[in-house]
Amino acid sequence: MTALLEVSGVTVSFDGFRAINNLTFSIGMAELRAIIGPNGAGKSTFMDIVTGKTKPDAGSVTFGERSVSLLKLTESEIARAGIGRKFQRPTVFEDQTVTENLTLALRAARSPWAVLAWRAKAADQTRIAALAAQVGLADHLPRKAGELSHGQKQWLEIAMLLAQEPRLLLVDEPAAGMTLAERERTTDLLVEIARTRAVVVVEHDMEFVRRLNCRVTVLHEGAVLAEGSLDHVTKNQDVIDVYLGRG
Amino acid sequence: MRKTFLTRSPSVLIFLSLLALFTLTITLASQGYGAGLVSTSFVKTLGKTLCLCLAALAMDLVWGYAGILSLGHMAFFALGGYMIGMWLMYARTEEIVVASLANGDLPATAQEIGQGIVTQIFGVVGASDLPLIWGAAHSLPLQLALVVALPGLLALVFGWLAFRSRVTGVYLSILTQAMTLALALYLFQNDSGLRGNNGLSGLQNLPYVTASQDVVTLWFFWASAAALGLTYLMLAWIVAGKFGSVIRAIRDDEARVRFLGYSVESYKLFLFTLTAILSAIAGALYYPQAGIINPAELAPIASIYLAVWVAIGGRGRLYGAVIGAAFVSLLSSWFTGGRAPSIPLGFGTLNWVDWWQVLLGLSFVAVTLFAPKGIGGLFDRLAHVRAPDRKGAPLGPDDGSLQEREATE
Repeated sequence: MTALLEVSGVTVSFDGFRAINNLTFSIGMAELRAIIGPNGAGKSTFMDIVTGKTKPDAGSVTFGERSVSLLKLTESEIARAGIGRKFQRPTVFEDQTVTENLTLALRAARSPWAVLAWRAKAADQTRIAALAAQVGLADHLPRKAGELSHGQKQWLEIAMLLAQEPRLLLVDEPAAGMTLAERERTTDLLVEIARTRAVVVVEHDMEFVRRLNCRVTVLHEGAVLAEGSLDHVTKNQDVIDVYLGRG
Repeated sequence: MRKTFLTRSPSVLIFLSLLALFTLTITLASQGYGAGLVSTSFVKTLGKTLCLCLAALAMDLVWGYAGILSLGHMAFFALGGYMIGMWLMYARTEEIVVASLANGDLPATAQEIGQGIVTQIFGVVGASDLPLIWGAAHSLPLQLALVVALPGLLALVFGWLAFRSRVTGVYLSILTQAMTLALALYLFQNDSGLRGNNGLSGLQNLPYVTASQDVVTLWFFWASAAALGLTYLMLAWIVAGKFGSVIRAIRDDEARVRFLGYSVESYKLFLFTLTAILSAIAGALYYPQAGIINPAELAPIASIYLAVWVAIGGRGRLYGAVIGAAFVSLLSSWFTGGRAPSIPLGFGTLNWVDWWQVLLGLSFVAVTLFAPKGIGGLFDRLAHVRAPDRKGAPLGPDDGSLQEREATE
């Protein structure tokens, strides 16, 4: 299986503190992967590097069949190349309606002139309605996103991510603030999405990771500590020492 | 389900009808074409006010909608005025020089006419050659193109440098203000080629036009009203569509917009340049009505006033900007025109010419604190649109969208 994203030998330091230390990571075209690790293990910095927010001091990050280097691209170019990101806190545009939020995310040309000339076609409206239905927001399309509950905002953000049609999704703690039923629905959705594209989930909640039933990468001090099935990594003595042993 | 542009923006039709009605009323009451109830100088004031409203519209788009607090848009306004002023002054002087040389025995040569124009215009700053930047001043089409091109180019270059380095917030405001100040100081110099602190004058006289000022004033009044109406229509169309959605999103969370794949810098540059051009067009209509332009017009305070008008009128709604600019600038000319009665206070007299700015400052602070939506917010109240009165900090994930105080009540 060829890799969609390859991160190799990446190092980043902030004021002498090595947030990421010679990290190597890769994920296939259609794969679900969970990343776990204690606070400060470098999970967020890893996502920042892949999405172009942080530039590493050393190493390489390549994406796609033609192994395009992401290091020279801006955040928006990386997003257009097909990498979507969901933040831990829901970051929807609260002052705009659900429809407007989804329209913003919908896959379409992104240049100012193209956006100026853009008009919603019937296909776009169908797509928006379908996405909203998929995450249970079909009745809320004309409402402002700021009025939605926290869980609904999380859903809206997931729908926005899907609207972008990315090839790789980076999802930061998708289940935070969700009820048990919502969590189960989220797991199903993530597993479903991962059939056709790559999904990286960063999560603290072990139960949630177990339900995802996928390969797990454990980060510690900016490097990969262990990788494999959840059962495999939880038996690893290093992992028990630095992460699980604390609880 | 689908709505047309006009049903989504009902304010456009109302605004355009009111503007048309206003223009018609003033025309019928004017000295030029009407009953003579309104003096020509007042029509000039109203025409200038319409131009300021146009500049305020541009400011509202760049600040109210996209969140870029530019303190330099009145510099583009003044540059537009300078560009049209150069042609007006050159052509008018040429007319006078040709007329006076026609009395000589021999027909005047082109060189003599050219020298006469230079002496007339630049004698005051002691220059004897036509400066290079006046190269296109003989041609109205070229100079009209420069009204758009020069401020547009300046905004493009400045914006590219600033936005590319991701300068945002107050730092960008300071940078735009520095640009304005630098430009003003440059124009104050005699060898900048634009007559230094004398500026350009006599701009109210249209060359080769014999109509009286009463009539010419109305022409400019109509042109200003038409420009304001067209711009309002265009901007309302822009902000109603997906583009408007993108720029409001940039105002609220630009990092998130980047992760959606939009190049935030391109959008900012686009808006900055577009609004600079609109300001320049407003300036090109304003200064022929004012009659004179000098570098003091570029002072940073002018751009700050522009921001104050938009804030008082109501940011993020186009009619708010127009109301704010019209209300404050008309009030300002009433107070500073000496028509407001002074108030004797026993220990001294409250002279409005001096104290008006204090009043303006206080009302700006009051609007910011107590009515952040400005005058435009009154329309929300009339339409019974009320923002929820939310107190306290968000509680965090597990308590949903409740705020601190709502949850405890």
